[in-house]
Amino acid sequence: MNRPVLPTAGPGCSDAPVLKERGQHEVFCGLTGIVWLHRKMQDAFFLVVGSRTCAHLLQSAAGVMIFAEPRFGTAILEEKDLAGLADANEELDREVARLLDRRPDIRRLFLVGSCPSEVIKLDLARAAERLTAEHSPRVLVQNYSGSGIETTFTQGEDACLAAIAEKAPATDTARLLLVGALPDVVEDQALGLLRDIGIENVAVLPSARAETTPEIGPHTRFALTQPFLGDTHAALTRRGASHIPAPFPFGEEGTTLWLTAIAEAFGIDRSVVDRVTAAPRARARKAIAARAETLRGKSLFFFPDSQLEIPLARFLTRECGMEAVEVGTPFLHRGLLGPDLALLAPGPGISEGQDVERQLDRVRAAAPDLTICGLGLANPLEAEGLTTKWAIELVFTPVHFYEQAGDLADLFARPLRRKALIGPKISSGGAEGRGADSPPPVAT
Amino acid sequence: MKLSVWTYEGPPHVGAMRVATGMKGLHYVLHAPQGDTYADLLFTMIERRGARPPVTYTTFQARDLGADTAHLFKDAARAAYERFRPEAMIVGASCTAELIQDDPGGLAEALGLPIPVIPLELPSYQRKENFGADETFFQIVKHLAAPQEKTAQVTANILGPTGLGFRHRDDIEEVTALLSDMGVSVNVTAPMGARPADIARLPAAHFNVLLYPETGEAAARWLERNHGQPFTKTVPIGVGATEGFLSEVAAIAGKPVRADRSRLRQPWYAASVDSTYLTGKRVFLFGDATHVAAAARIARDEIGFEVVGLGCYNREFARPIRALAKEYGVEALVTDDYLDVERTIDALQPELILGTQMERHIGKRLGIPCAVISAPVHVQDFPARYSPQAGWEGANVIFDTWVHPLVMGLEEHLLHMFREDFEFHDRAGPSHHASHAPATEPGPRADEEVPDQVRDGGQVIWLDAAEKELRKIPFFVRGKARRNTEVFAAERGMAEISVDTLYEAKAHYAR
Repeated sequence: MNRPVLPTAGPGCSDAPVLKERGQHEVFCGLTGIVWLHRKMQDAFFLVVGSRTCAHLLQSAAGVMIFAEPRFGTAILEEKDLAGLADANEELDREVARLLDRRPDIRRLFLVGSCPSEVIKLDLARAAERLTAEHSPRVLVQNYSGSGIETTFTQGEDACLAAIAEKAPATDTARLLLVGALPDVVEDQALGLLRDIGIENVAVLPSARAETTPEIGPHTRFALTQPFLGDTHAALTRRGASHIPAPFPFGEEGTTLWLTAIAEAFGIDRSVVDRVTAAPRARARKAIAARAETLRGKSLFFFPDSQLEIPLARFLTRECGMEAVEVGTPFLHRGLLGPDLALLAPGPGISEGQDVERQLDRVRAAAPDLTICGLGLANPLEAEGLTTKWAIELVFTPVHFYEQAGDLADLFARPLRRKALIGPKISSGGAEGRGADSPPPVAT
Repeated sequence: MKLSVWTYEGPPHVGAMRVATGMKGLHYVLHAPQGDTYADLLFTMIERRGARPPVTYTTFQARDLGADTAHLFKDAARAAYERFRPEAMIVGASCTAELIQDDPGGLAEALGLPIPVIPLELPSYQRKENFGADETFFQIVKHLAAPQEKTAQVTANILGPTGLGFRHRDDIEEVTALLSDMGVSVNVTAPMGARPADIARLPAAHFNVLLYPETGEAAARWLERNHGQPFTKTVPIGVGATEGFLSEVAAIAGKPVRADRSRLRQPWYAASVDSTYLTGKRVFLFGDATHVAAAARIARDEIGFEVVGLGCYNREFARPIRALAKEYGVEALVTDDYLDVERTIDALQPELILGTQMERHIGKRLGIPCAVISAPVHVQDFPARYSPQAGWEGANVIFDTWVHPLVMGLEEHLLHMFREDFEFHDRAGPSHHASHAPATEPGPRADEEVPDQVRDGGQVIWLDAAEKELRKIPFFVRGKARRNTEVFAAERGMAEISVDTLYEAKAHYAR
């Protein structure tokens, strides 16, 4: 009863065929990660070098505008910047100087590349070196790309953490590194669990402040808390660090397997993990059970969004009794997701990339009980009678580890409970809804 | 290069989306990278639309750039036509696609689709959202409007309403009713609600109502030049402007002014004694030029506020806004930098801000109440109830919207008398809007510490007459009046309090 659930004997979805699609992608670009990264890294400023579209995206993705002057902004390229790159560099230097002058609290500045800056080949790596020389030691200037031509949504965080990992100080000390931007309360829980199984000395990437940037070296072993950190994994590996592969810590099972893998890597006996996790595992199971009553037997369809789709499908099918119809993900990193794929029972279609129109055809045909999709699709699908869950909330809400397992299940149960409460009598009336005059797009 | 933290306007292709999404039977094929689809959520979440915007994004990636992005555009346009079968198509580029210069217009033309395909040239690195909407609507009108006979009866088009517009949904209804009362029926409302076939019928109307110059002026001017349609210059927001608008319509249509004012309550509400406290309240106005100009007139002439500053974020209208500011004896603030706006508001310290969602945030920060009068919009700007800005009902709505964030009449008197009270202080905000109260710590500020002698219980002596006068004050506020008067006397080094001191103190605290 207290033993963690072990991987199934079969290969699960490890060898399942993947439908690879391209076409219209209904996803955010990597700039969106700034919205949570700037809260996590409290002495950092994120300066997007881009267009008015980038600024507008950040403002819209933030949903509610964050009160006070935020620690991110956009250096909006203008006609004259496009004409000559020399001028663009001068302008950038000037804007950075002004910014740092106004914000003496900033210790780390990220120049974030965008679609336009990539297309005009503005070299932000060189700009970062030049600006670091100018503003060090007070400020370290780094760069990464959050452009839509290279990154999808959560890949922005990946690019940012990879950039930090490249430049992080070297060390020969053996140490565990926890990788992925987690809400503080969740990070503290993870560190508490690790301490209780006997791992005291843990570094975290990204660190809240510049001075605690983790050191990395050949004796660093790292555990990922997010499945979208492929480039960060590669950067850490290049620095000599070694990865501890595991399913991702979502749900009771995922958390237990994740902890067990780390314990094993550090030569800690399984019985220690069992003892330490007995109480939180029981709590998590109890919390999940309450929500699973709503979720059990319901079908599930994932549109690609955050790369959390595979581990979440594993959680929802194995721990909540749901049935996955299709699991779409923007990018399938088999190296990182192998353990989760192996646990996912064969059956669901797995798709990578997106042709949103075709995928909408599939979701309408499948008529799942619950559809997980982005904000652009949720209300239109609700208006068609489907029940949806906004995917972005999975990234903006504490969902990792034991104590959040119930909350995670509840994110999916709530739309179903709500539909049961207020019934299917809703229709989106009015001029802005689908009136009699605008038939469903496919049928026209 | 200009550092921007929050923006008042999106890029011009978002303006084009507002036109396309407002219309029916039109599809927009946008050459754009992954990520630009974020704009869909403006319509599906903020405006709560139950259908996706009619936009196909080509979604090119870095690996496509070295190869051929043009075929991506052609494939996307062809597939969009096959799937949605629109009556007309607009094609264009977002900021990134503008740089790779694929010429969406030429590519779409080469496809030979059996529908009108309208190319858009929207310079992303120079212009913004309102320009994008105005230019897109103009191009659609220019391509589709067909010469034709005028209707037998006097009719008008309503030009300017778009998707994601500030109260456009309800303004259309209100203005349609105003015209109907005048005996003028609406030929076409566009872009909102119009199909390409309706755009073709625009020249049948006798004149145009230019409801929102920001998004409809280029089309109105073109229709005037090419189809002999005059357009109205007064935007009917506010009672005076609505009257002016009706006079304009009467002159153009050759009909007497006829209006049903039975539901108009704003003038009486403003005249009622309960509104006396609104007199001379200092207001600052900021937003798009049209709404700011309308709001300035309402503020000064219909509610009796004092306009202490005004401005707009759309530079296209800098000239009329500067002229307007001169008329009001203030300096115009024309900027799209919200930090400039915040600095100005902080310096002016108005009692009420009439602004956008940005100014609402500034107001929260500075502890100044704010009512929203203009885009950029927020989910709260799309209320479930009927809530126009234009016409008679618009005037009613505006009165309520502006007055509710303020402290009410009698409550204000009490606050004035006892400003420094720990729980009844004038920074607590209106009692009926507790959630709007600023997060400032109550209690005296450091520079207004209660002097020692008063705290010690009394080197200040109340003379008999003053003590008697004090007793005339209602008991539930008497203690506070005593305290305020003592503080006032102590600050001035007075040893005794006379009746005069009591009233000087009262005058002081009543500002």
